Amino acid sequence: MATKAIVGEKVGMTQVWDEENRIVPVTVLRVSPCRVVQVKTPESDGYSAIQVTLGVRDATKLTRPEAGHFDKAGVDAGRKLVELRLDDVSEFTVGQEIGADVLEQGQLVDVTAVSKGKGFSGVMKRHGFGGAPASHGAHKNHRKPGAVGQCATPSRVFRGKKMPGRYGGTKVTTLNLEVVKADPEAEVLLIKGAVPGPRGSTVVIRDAVKGS
Amino acid sequence: MQPTDLVDNLSLRDDIPDFAPGDALKVHVKVIEGNRHRTQVFEGVVIRRQGAGIRETFTVRKLSFGVGVERTFPLHTPIIETIEVGAKGDVRRAKLYYLRDRIGKAAKVKEKRFT
Repeated sequence: MATKAIVGEKVGMTQVWDEENRIVPVTVLRVSPCRVVQVKTPESDGYSAIQVTLGVRDATKLTRPEAGHFDKAGVDAGRKLVELRLDDVSEFTVGQEIGADVLEQGQLVDVTAVSKGKGFSGVMKRHGFGGAPASHGAHKNHRKPGAVGQCATPSRVFRGKKMPGRYGGTKVTTLNLEVVKADPEAEVLLIKGAVPGPRGSTVVIRDAVKGS
Repeated sequence: MQPTDLVDNLSLRDDIPDFAPGDALKVHVKVIEGNRHRTQVFEGVVIRRQGAGIRETFTVRKLSFGVGVERTFPLHTPIIETIEVGAKGDVRRAKLYYLRDRIGKAAKVKEKRFT
């Protein structure tokens, strides 16, 4: 599991120049300091994690259970509650603020977010099928999936057959992305390459579980 | 106004002179050879400007020993030391691709006359 994690908001993609004057494509994440609302330990909850909140929300617009939860922690209510699973939570206390400085330049991270919804998509987009020929007598079946099974045996379609359907809008993790810049003052994190999700979505950044 | 302006503004250069397609340009480019670096001048005519913000690029065309050479630079790249703008060109379009098909005197861009 991860040892460091932070929550951010996707701002968009742009480019920066590195020391050797090469262009690096980066995703900009706004990482405003998030406040620890609850510390979960194996003794009390069966697993270790911290629950954090980010942004601000009008206190009059909270439901009573939410207000009670924030009151108990003594933390200003935020837009969202996010749980960060961590190996070791002993150094965290309720009310503590976490900023972009938990990550450092050059570090590899995993980024988790809900991907862009693609709606009801065909098999070419959804599963990468090859489709049918564009010409040579092909007629009205250019993007169709083709046959979905055999004949009298088994006389049914196997479960799990890849078919058209809802695509996107699921939790996606991109592994081993490089941190190009972590700037706690500007509350900005630059990550090399693309990050799942639309602009404005909430993303969780953790140190890489697999990378070296 | 882009959402990523807070990052882009750090890399934007403010020492870029005004120039347009058709203008003669001398681009001083930093070249690194091993551990020493020197400046190379690429001199030619701007045939296009493309993109906006940090992504904007421009293309300079010149004739080198009878062969047309085009080089595209990001406008805000740190490898450019300075840009010298020479004669303003008298052109009627934004993309001067027609220069590629011309040779000799026809490939020259007329200088703009201010009357």
